[in-house]
Amino acid sequence: MSVISSNVNIDKYLSLNKYDVDNNHPHIVLTSDPDDEEFDKLVRVCPAALYKRRDNGLKSFDYSGCLECGTCRVVCGDTILEKWEYPRSGMGVEYRYG
Amino acid sequence: MADFDAIIVGSGCAGPIAAYELAKAGKTVLVVERGNFAGAKNMTGGRIYAHSIKKVFPNFEKEAPVERRITRERISLMAPDSNFTFDFTSNQMGVEGQDSYSVLRGPFDQWLASKAEEAGAEYIYGIGVQQLVKDESGKVCGIRAEDDEITAEVTILCDGVNSVLAHQAVDFSQLSTSQVAVGIKQVFALPADVITNRVLAASDTEGTSWLFAGDATKGLFGGGFMYTNRNSISLGIVAGIEAVASGIYPISQMMEDFKAHPDIAALIKGGEMVEHSGHMVPEGGLNSMPPLVGDGVMLAGDSAMMCVNLGYVVRGMDYAIAAGQMAGQAAVRAIDKGDTSVTGLQCYVDMLKDSFVLKDFEKFSNAPTFMGGFNRMFAAYPTMIGNIMNGMFVIDGQPICHVRDIVKTEMKEIGVFNLLKDARGALKAL
Repeated sequence: MSVISSNVNIDKYLSLNKYDVDNNHPHIVLTSDPDDEEFDKLVRVCPAALYKRRDNGLKSFDYSGCLECGTCRVVCGDTILEKWEYPRSGMGVEYRYG
Repeated sequence: MADFDAIIVGSGCAGPIAAYELAKAGKTVLVVERGNFAGAKNMTGGRIYAHSIKKVFPNFEKEAPVERRITRERISLMAPDSNFTFDFTSNQMGVEGQDSYSVLRGPFDQWLASKAEEAGAEYIYGIGVQQLVKDESGKVCGIRAEDDEITAEVTILCDGVNSVLAHQAVDFSQLSTSQVAVGIKQVFALPADVITNRVLAASDTEGTSWLFAGDATKGLFGGGFMYTNRNSISLGIVAGIEAVASGIYPISQMMEDFKAHPDIAALIKGGEMVEHSGHMVPEGGLNSMPPLVGDGVMLAGDSAMMCVNLGYVVRGMDYAIAAGQMAGQAAVRAIDKGDTSVTGLQCYVDMLKDSFVLKDFEKFSNAPTFMGGFNRMFAAYPTMIGNIMNGMFVIDGQPICHVRDIVKTEMKEIGVFNLLKDARGALKAL
């Protein structure tokens, strides 16, 4: 297990954005047992830091803060992402500045 | 009979301009935008060069919600403990047709969409297009959006760098990690006069573009950027996805550390962060471009990878606007001739080739490979220049050295051969 250190309070930043989360309908789904190395790539590239490793190495991912950039799709679309779609019907992030 | 003459997917920069051209020529056109308003899903650094949009809307800078006219260019070589900055101002940058403006895509894209709507384009918001509809010959003849199928003579994809439709439209495989970069931007609200004073602008309508190579991305391919808006500062970093994926630092941590650099911290001091956004940036240039036309379909803007990064200049929106205009005009021509096949739409590519758009991409086709491999630009050179400057400006009472000796020592560190190789490479590619 690799440790990727971070002191970024990303939740605080994402809370500034406007979202309309499509509850119970994730637009990004990971495979059931994602490869460690592939997952860690996503920990590094995701600009919303939604792919996380806890101190004990446990992986977590929450689509609700997604910025819909598609970086994870480019990096792991063929490996550990089972599904990558845009959120339905205008839901997801809504930039006011952009 | 198709439902519309043309369907345009996406209302960023290219989409509404294509729609405007079609509507102005009396064609029926539908724009399908997945956000609840134009710009809701879009993000830029960012600054738009005015030349191409002024060809569509001559009074652009007076009408559009632009933030500030950019009249100061800064480029920095940022080392962890120093920052060397080029600072350039010129009357030439303010001349009409040579001017550029900072923009925020929320308000800006809504203005663009309103121009298309005023010209007669129809809009649907809040609906994503998952699929293109093709006839039995394989020609694109419309879209499937949620449960509806809508047909058109021509479909124009202006759906951005992360297009889920491009590979259905033309022979285009999934983007590779070496062809795209990932960007983070944070917007900091500050009073207009504070921003004006911090960047030495003459007034609240003028501002600065500032690019940073080096420590902004921890020595990886990419860089930091800062653009002054009227009442806010756009600050961010862009880094090659391949480099970040195989690196040490998460991009969110790079952004955090970038903000802590003394030059940046002073710039945003007291600012209230109001948004955190992320986006991909096409970096592959000509060699990463998909075919720009297929049967019944055209691609414009980011979905066609129309971005140029020369290190000192970053452009995308002006290409997207020009391509959108040409796509719209080509669609009109093809519809009038009754041939919207790949052959009928080829005039779009011809127009791009005759214009600055494809001329630029052809001229700088080697720049992406060069920039991606220019590792010393992002690590060794910022440190070298920092050391040279320290040698010149830091006075501690010790006997001072000749500048030539300071430079010689630092150049030796990198290797004269490497310096020559990089200089030659840069001259060739840029």
